[in-house]
Amino acid sequence: MENNNIITIQNLVKRFPVGKGEFTALNGINLVIGKGEFAGLIGPSGSGKTTLLNIVGSLDMPTEGTVTVLGKSIGTLNTREAARLRKENLGFIFQSYNLLAVHTVFENVEFPLLLLNFSKSERQKMVMDALEWVGLTDKVKSKPPQLSGGQCQRVAIARAMVKKPSLVLADEPTANLDAANSHHILQTMEKLNQELKTTFIFATHDEKVISYLHRKIYLLDGHIDKDERMHHDKKTKP
Amino acid sequence: MKLAIKLAYRNLIGAGLRTWLNVVVLSFSFVVIIWLKGVMSGWDYQAKSDMTKWDIGGGQYWHQAYDPFDPLTLTDSHDSIPKEALSAIRKGDMEPILIVQASIYPQGRMQTIMVKGINPQQTILKLPTKKLDTITEAIPAIIGSMMAKNSKLTIGDMVTLRWRDMHGTFDATDIVITDIFSSNVPAAEISQIYIPLDRLQQMMLLPEAATILTFRNTETDHPQINGWVLKTKKELTQQVDDIIKAKSVGQSILYFVLLLLAMLAIFDTQVLSIFRRQKEIGTYIALGYTRQQVVGLFTIEGSMHAVFAALVSAAYGMPFLAWQAKVGWTMPLDTSEFGMAIAQTLYPVYSLGLVVSTILIVLFTTAIVSYLPSRKIAKMNPTEALRGKLQ
Ligand SMILES: Nc1ncnc2c1ncn2[C@@H]1O[C@H](COP(=O)(O)OP(=O)(O)OP(=O)(O)O)[C@@H](O)[C@H]1O
Ligand SMILES: [Mg+2]
Repeated sequence: MENNNIITIQNLVKRFPVGKGEFTALNGINLVIGKGEFAGLIGPSGSGKTTLLNIVGSLDMPTEGTVTVLGKSIGTLNTREAARLRKENLGFIFQSYNLLAVHTVFENVEFPLLLLNFSKSERQKMVMDALEWVGLTDKVKSKPPQLSGGQCQRVAIARAMVKKPSLVLADEPTANLDAANSHHILQTMEKLNQELKTTFIFATHDEKVISYLHRKIYLLDGHIDKDERMHHDKKTKP
Repeated sequence: MKLAIKLAYRNLIGAGLRTWLNVVVLSFSFVVIIWLKGVMSGWDYQAKSDMTKWDIGGGQYWHQAYDPFDPLTLTDSHDSIPKEALSAIRKGDMEPILIVQASIYPQGRMQTIMVKGINPQQTILKLPTKKLDTITEAIPAIIGSMMAKNSKLTIGDMVTLRWRDMHGTFDATDIVITDIFSSNVPAAEISQIYIPLDRLQQMMLLPEAATILTFRNTETDHPQINGWVLKTKKELTQQVDDIIKAKSVGQSILYFVLLLLAMLAIFDTQVLSIFRRQKEIGTYIALGYTRQQVVGLFTIEGSMHAVFAALVSAAYGMPFLAWQAKVGWTMPLDTSEFGMAIAQTLYPVYSLGLVVSTILIVLFTTAIVSYLPSRKIAKMNPTEALRGKLQ
């Protein structure tokens, strides 16, 4: 059903200017992702995972083809419309957390809500809820430099989730974490995916992440090599 | 805007020492500029009020031929006191002054001077003319301290005065210094000797004659008098404004250098920030800011240095400036050589306009200096900013 599709990608090509020539990072991607999926882009370094995620996140533009995210055609958005799409509907989780170091945990998580003009009492409640989801209610006043990597990534998840976006894009979220922390945050995200029906798309080559995915989209040299759906949810729980 | 201010505030406080260094440099410019401008307007105020008190009163009528810059005109620039002035003179609201060129011979050396005949009972000028009422064998005279210093005269000294009367005949008499006053007004002191008006009129064989008429009140109407030119207080103090304006140009260079240093510090901070905080910039964009909004955020952040600086300046500057206004600033050099009315100690005067305009200028300059490097953000590629790879 068309309406259930959060992302529709048709014949996507992305080329980067390199020196005098061009480098084709994505070459003819066709992909449909439905609401509530827990999917991952898997592939070796340089296969185009981040590039694809950036375009879906309206941080970059397609060179050719169409990418429709939540009914908006990325290629036709101006910067304000793209910013609005990100602000209202998208959450990002980065490999290096990208928290604002001088702001407290609370303030970091509150940030997306400030952009959306929520009232102070609403913000208070929503931030505390989000910190509850990731199990960090005791760290509201801490600042990122005082937290462990795993805690930082949980703050980043809370920040991405606090506004209950339709879509969360996570680029190598576990790359800087040890196994225990990786499983912890993956379980957190899996739980949020099920409870809030938030769509998650990962870019990863981490086996731990891959084991949680409900759909595995293998990228190779800028094209989709394999697209597998797992019909056995929660198959792997270490 | 409110959010940007909040963020900028957090970021600046978070940046710690770097912020405070900039703020201190900037606040130093604030205080020095306000102080210097205060000294200048204090000087302007003091010069004008001293001139009013000691030399020009509330304004003057000049005999039409009188030109203070051309002593040769003095032989012709006097006339009988006009009828229109008589009632004011009787009331003490106007004083006729006769000005004559003459020579004195202190320690045998000739010195050309102006003799001003003035009513010893006058109350318009602060000159101690009462001391001209003493009866001595010689003519009593008062002089200013600058004059006393130049000609090495002290109270009680007797000196020969030589002049030409209205027929051009030389005559001489002794005068005795009965008082020395200190006015800070060179025009009232340098080469000026004051003696009683009636004595000077007798010496010159010019009864009832005057060169200028000094009046008390600025506000009352001063009619045209035939043969006399009305010089308002504003015209007579114009020279003070001109000189202070000229001196202020020199000071502007100092302001410029001070501001330049502060602005270099801010500029440097901004450039460094934008380079070092690429990931943060990318994050703002990922969270839903447009690049223009991030430019705005960084501009506000830079400009806020000036706001902090204004607050810090208020904290340590206000006591300092207030203290200065009370004790004044004593100039290290000898002010009698300055060529215009200036006291050895100047009391700065700060007007609201002065403070507000200084703050606005600094704020505006800081905003521009913060904006210029931030424009670079508008050209950043968000994905590259997120990777922190831009050079
Ligand atoms: N801005 C750019 N300019 C030029 N080439 C680029 C640019 N961004 C990405 N590329 C190239 O596109 C290809 C895909 O890059 P991408 O970052 O999407 O890979 P990835 O799958 O995320 O790899 P990794 O696992 O290392 O993160 C790489 O070869 C990369 O060098
Ligand atoms: Mg990548």
